[in-house]
Parts: sequence; structure tokens; C-alpha cells
Amino acid sequence: MQTLTKYILLISFLFITTTSILSAGDNKKENSEEEFDAGELIMHHISDSHEWHWFDIGDERYITPLPVILYSKEYGLDIFLSNKFPNLVESEYSHYVVHHDKIHAKDETVHVWDISITKNVVSILVSVILLFSIFLTIAARYRRNPLVAPKGLQSFFEPIIVFIRDDIAKKVIGEKKYRFYMPYLLTVFFFIWFNNLLGLLPAGANVTGNIAVTMCLALFTFIITNLSGNAHYWKHIFWTPGVPLPLRIIILPIEIVGIFTKPFSLMIRLFANITAGHIIILSFIALIFIFKTIFIAPVSIAFGLFMSFLELFVAILQAYVFTLLSAMYIGAAVEEHGHHDEHH
Amino acid sequence: MDLILPGFGLLFWQTVIFVLVLIILGRFAWKPIMKALNERERVIEDALSAAEKAKEEMKKLQADNEALLQQARQERDKILKDAQSSANHIISEARDKATEEANRIIESARALIITEKNAALAEVKNTASALSLEIAEKLLKYNLSNDESQKRLVQEYLKESKLN
Repeated sequence: MQTLTKYILLISFLFITTTSILSAGDNKKENSEEEFDAGELIMHHISDSHEWHWFDIGDERYITPLPVILYSKEYGLDIFLSNKFPNLVESEYSHYVVHHDKIHAKDETVHVWDISITKNVVSILVSVILLFSIFLTIAARYRRNPLVAPKGLQSFFEPIIVFIRDDIAKKVIGEKKYRFYMPYLLTVFFFIWFNNLLGLLPAGANVTGNIAVTMCLALFTFIITNLSGNAHYWKHIFWTPGVPLPLRIIILPIEIVGIFTKPFSLMIRLFANITAGHIIILSFIALIFIFKTIFIAPVSIAFGLFMSFLELFVAILQAYVFTLLSAMYIGAAVEEHGHHDEHH
Repeated sequence: MDLILPGFGLLFWQTVIFVLVLIILGRFAWKPIMKALNERERVIEDALSAAEKAKEEMKKLQADNEALLQQARQERDKILKDAQSSANHIISEARDKATEEANRIIESARALIITEKNAALAEVKNTASALSLEIAEKLLKYNLSNDESQKRLVQEYLKESKLN
């Protein structure tokens, strides 16, 4: 009875605070009145998974199984739904074993490539559907008649697009070259923003708080920056002008490391900010179960609510920061230094 | 530890999906949107500068009109002045001519009068001399016995011959 009350309370709090859904603990543990482990619970919710875990009622887990796609030289391509595994904590199916949502081959010498459509991939696809349905629709309106005043969704997104163009791209990259980078900057901004917001929905996936996603985005900035780099950019790295010779030799490795630290910081910043936000909200809610009293609930709700609003702001802020810094790195790579040429 | 190790599968899908999104949105959304925004801005800018130009043109036109009006006024004044001066000229010329003509007429009248007077005086002289001769003749013819009768006679003749 106590467990049931706990879960009903929990779920209602979650929906009120519109945070990521939380279902305390895993199904295996509830039965055996085990100690509540907030750390494990939080990790479970911010990690990727082969199933979409919606909520629990009592001992019932409400999940949507997702497709598992595995490839190995020995077994070839295998595609099946994740519910073929009796559970994702510790079980096996066919040639494969799953251990805490990680799939391996039974034979430990076989390396399995796991390219499953996980919870995060599904969430990314949802965000892509949103992106397409919004921006292709408003693009059609722009195409029909570019001269009419914006309306509806268009008038909501137009100032943002114009802001990215005028205050990020034009200002940082420069009037001459910004055009080429606009599609990337706009895509990256809206991709991150939409995924940040989707992550805040109850039962949402922590997409932009996943290091693989932020790594991919940072890699794009890295590739674009270095492919755009002009002679001056490379000269600045390998033979810094206006610096005494011995210093140039010291600066060289620093500059080379700098090429990589810039996108690395992008990757870590977005990942850490979003993950940290999720962890804090989840921690406030976990307080109820740590103290095993509902009297702490008002505190949890108050702080959770505050954090949720903060996260709504962080969602767009981090999208802006990522876009701005990407533009700055690109801007530095394509910048023309007329005045520097006199020194060397 | 899993948290900070990128999963291969997610990295793979994220890359594939992001590339596709970039291409599709880039081609079908951002391109027309950026084009439309730039076009709209250009049109607005053009309209504003055209309005500015029209205003300028209007001002210039007004200034031109003012100048034209001023010029017309000056022209009118000049014409009036010219007309006035030529009228004055004509009047004074006419006056001069009239004066001259009058003088000429007076002169000729005076000459005529002098001629007439001379003729009249000559005639008076002739008549007086003829009368004197006649009186003298008649006196001689009379018997001049006494002074009294002589005087009476002279008186008589004088009475008879009224001068002219």
C-alpha cells in the first residue's frame, strides 16, 4: 500500500512539474523493499535505452519496445524488438546477452556493432519531424509570397532566424561570408533547442545531454571550421605572426591543441548543461523517496518547478551558445587580417 | 562511466539524421526563407529610399516653382516698367512736337501781323499825304482874305476828311 501511494504521488508530481518522467527504481527491486538508490535511478533516466520506459504502476512497467539492430561479422545483421529480451538488466536472446542495457555477443571474442533505434534515436526522429513540419511549412509561405507580413508560426520563428542571421552570423563571420554558413547555424540552433525542449517533457529522452549527440554536433563544427580555414588561419596556428621565434615554437603545440579543444568544449558544455539540469530536477524529486515522507514534497515541487522554468531558459540559451561559439570558430577561420600582413 | 562514453549506435544515427536534416532543411527551408527575408528587406529598403527620393523631388519641384514664379514676377515688373517708360517717352515726345508746332504757328502769325501792320502803315502814310495835298490844293483855291476864314476852312476840311 505504501509503495502504491508512493507511485501515485510520484506520477502526479511529475506531471505537475512537467519534468522528465521518473519511475522510482527498477521493477526487479520494488518487490524486495530494497534500499532506494537515487543515483541509479537518475542514471537510468538520463541514459539511453533500448526501450521507451513511460511509467510504472505498482509492479507493472509500461514500456514501448524499440528495434534492436545488431551487426557482427560472425552473425551478420540481426533486427528484432527489444522485448525479445525478457528484461534489459540481465538476460539473453539468440546469440546476444544484455547487461544493464548494453548488448554483447555471448561469445566474448565476437564484437557486435549495436546500431539500434534507441530511445534517443526515436526522440531525435520526433524532433526531426517537428523541424520538418514547422520549417518546411513556413518556408512554403515564404516561397509563395516573400513580401507579405509574417503570420502565425512564421512570425514566431522569423525574429529568431533574423537574430541568428544578423546578430550571430553577420556579426561574427562577417557580411561577406556568412551566407554559406547560415544553413548549418540555423539547423544546429533549432535542432539543439527542439531536442532540449523535448527532453524536458515527461518521459522525454535526454538527447542533447548525451555525449554522442553533442560529439556529433561538435564534430560538424570542427570539420566546417577547419575546412573553411584560410591561409591566414593556418599560418596563425603553425607560425604565429608577431611573436619572437622561440615563443613560436612553444605556441605551436598550444595552437594545435587549441584546434581540438574548441569543439571539445562545445561537446562538453552542451552535454554537461543539459545533463546537469536533468540530474538536479530528478534529485529534487528523489528527495521524497530518500526521506520517505511526503512532507518533503512541497519543497521538491517548488524546487523542481523552479528548475523546470530555468531549464526552459537553459534550453534556448545553450542552443544560442552552441550556435554563437560555432559561428565564432568559423569566423576566426575565415577572417581576413589586412593589418597583420605588415608585420610579417 | 557510460555517461561520458559516446555510444557508437547513437553517434551513427545522429550523424546520418543530422546530415539529412541539414541537407533537407538547407535546401527546402533555409534557402527559400533566407531568400525571402533578403528580398523583403531589399524591397522595404527600396520603397523607403524611393519615398525619400520622391520627397526630395517634391521639394526640388516646389523650389523650381517658386523660382519660376519669382522670375515671372520680375518679368512682369520689367514689362510694366518698360511700358511706363515708353509711354512717358511718347508723351514727352508728343508734347515737344506740339510745343514746337505751336511755336511755329505763333511765329508765322507774328510775321503775318508785322507784314499786315507795315502794309497798313504804308497805306495810312499814302492816304495822309494824299489828304494833305488835297487840303493844300483846296486851301489855295479859296480866297484867303482873312485869317478867320482860313482857319474856318482848315477846320472844315479837317472835319470833312476824317482820318480814315
